Amino acid sequence: MSEKNGFRQLPLHLMVLPALLLVLVFSYGPIAGLVIAFQKYSIVKGISGSDWVGLDNFRYVFALPGTLDVLWNTVFIAFMKIAAGLSAPIVTALLLNEIRVEFVKRGVQTLIYLPHFLSWIILGGILIDILSPSSGIVNQLLSGFGIQPIFFLGDNRWFPYLLVLSDVWKEFGFSTIVYLAALTNINPTLYEAAVVDGAGRWKQTLHVTLPGMLPIIILMSTLSLGNVLNAGFEQVFNLYSPQVYESGDIIDTLVYRLGLVDAQYAVATAMGMFKSVVSVLFVSISYYLAYRLANYRIF
Amino acid sequence: MNYTSFGGRLFTAFNYVFLISLGLLCILPLVHVGALSFSSSTAAGAGIVKLWPIEFTWKSYEFVLRKKEFLHSMEISLQRVLLGVAVNMLLTVMLGYALSKESRVFTGRTWYAWFFVLTIFVNGGFIPWYLVIKEAGLLNSLGALILPGAVPVFNVVLLLNFFRSLPKELEESAFMDGAGQWKILWRIFLPLSLPAIATIGLFTIVGHWNAWFDGLILMNSPDKYPLQSYLQTVVINHDLALINSTDITMLAEVSDRTLKAAQTLLGALPILMVYPFLQKYFVKGMVLGSVKE
Repeated sequence: MSEKNGFRQLPLHLMVLPALLLVLVFSYGPIAGLVIAFQKYSIVKGISGSDWVGLDNFRYVFALPGTLDVLWNTVFIAFMKIAAGLSAPIVTALLLNEIRVEFVKRGVQTLIYLPHFLSWIILGGILIDILSPSSGIVNQLLSGFGIQPIFFLGDNRWFPYLLVLSDVWKEFGFSTIVYLAALTNINPTLYEAAVVDGAGRWKQTLHVTLPGMLPIIILMSTLSLGNVLNAGFEQVFNLYSPQVYESGDIIDTLVYRLGLVDAQYAVATAMGMFKSVVSVLFVSISYYLAYRLANYRIF
Repeated sequence: MNYTSFGGRLFTAFNYVFLISLGLLCILPLVHVGALSFSSSTAAGAGIVKLWPIEFTWKSYEFVLRKKEFLHSMEISLQRVLLGVAVNMLLTVMLGYALSKESRVFTGRTWYAWFFVLTIFVNGGFIPWYLVIKEAGLLNSLGALILPGAVPVFNVVLLLNFFRSLPKELEESAFMDGAGQWKILWRIFLPLSLPAIATIGLFTIVGHWNAWFDGLILMNSPDKYPLQSYLQTVVINHDLALINSTDITMLAEVSDRTLKAAQTLLGALPILMVYPFLQKYFVKGMVLGSVKE
């Protein structure tokens, strides 16, 4: 029977077709639309009717007063999230691994994974309430220690750290479970050999557990490199306010305001394109590294 | 492994306490907001509510569930979840199956695969996305919430890896019996993939339920907002324009704070109800193909 039988293949092509059309329009269409970053785009004139202005839009947006802050904030926040987002789950997985009582182990996993499933609308609502300077429970607790109420979400000194902390809180559960799965795959005889050599718990962790987790740690690290400019639009948008633009405004929120509030489509697209280009660069590097270091392939 | 040393036992004790506290930390804020939602407005305003309602009342929920804007946005969310998930799953299954074939058997498979996977890495950004949807005439319609995101490429990759793990003999013998690709997909591969599909399906449901940005941007009027978009304007943004006169009289009895709490909890409720099932399938889901979110 012929392998490349045309009849056999037709249904497969048909299965691909609807998805192909949708992706063509809604994913590749916008990529083509990036051209407006180079135009003096007017929505009335459309793409064909708008003049070409080269890099003017880029010059404009990079010259705006807040842009330097925005770029710094984005990198700073994203970096901290990557760092915390890698370390917290590893530590938690190591600690969880030491738990012998099964139901506690699974119970904790169930609990820590929950925030991942709640949207930033829900979590934002919760955070805004508990961090409220007037009646929020956090400030209530602090006042018990004699500390004055802090307006966390309105204070430039606290806001970025709050973003990182709450994001880790939301997402560390997922990664923890991935690392825990990797931990359970470590060969128990390695531990037995270590014990025979007189290794205590700590030395075992250092010499058996961590090396055993190294492949997955490398994998997760390199994969998260692509997020170097993703400071988390959904979260920041729901938690920020003009008072904390200075420390909390990120590229995505700037693009949102410029494009969808001020309707400066071309300028916003220019900034967005800049972010995309840099991100693609980092994602490519990260996937290449993942392939080389951890033998990871997408498909 | 023997942990009879004092240091070892101390560590174990601290470990349990620490991890259990960590777990509780992930759920207590939600419990606190839940307690607020069932408390009276005076108790909530006084800041005395901790983890249990004080002066228990259903009033906040009564208010919210009678608000037609809230109910309407719930209805829209349900529509988008039902329709959106159906479309997503259909496309994911078909595409996952087709792409799981090797290029020997399916010419152009590699091209197709790259075509889709590239979209994970490269995208045009918000603005062009918005403009494309506008040009397609989908603004302010349910289609805008369903069509742009209709092909979840990550899920397709997961499923195709799973399909590849099924034995080739199944397909071969079905061909021998004269079955075409459609039959093989629906009659053989699908029933064998139920856990994988259930997992992907559940994640897709959660994704659609939690989506808020598209509703906010692509709909022209608040009465077309799905639930999370509506909540964004009312709880987070606190758009006072959405409060009408009957609300003002009712607001005397319930407070802004308990109302927000009640709405927040209602927005989280479906997820909480589905969560036990997610848990059940999650472990299986973790071993599907190359797993990442």
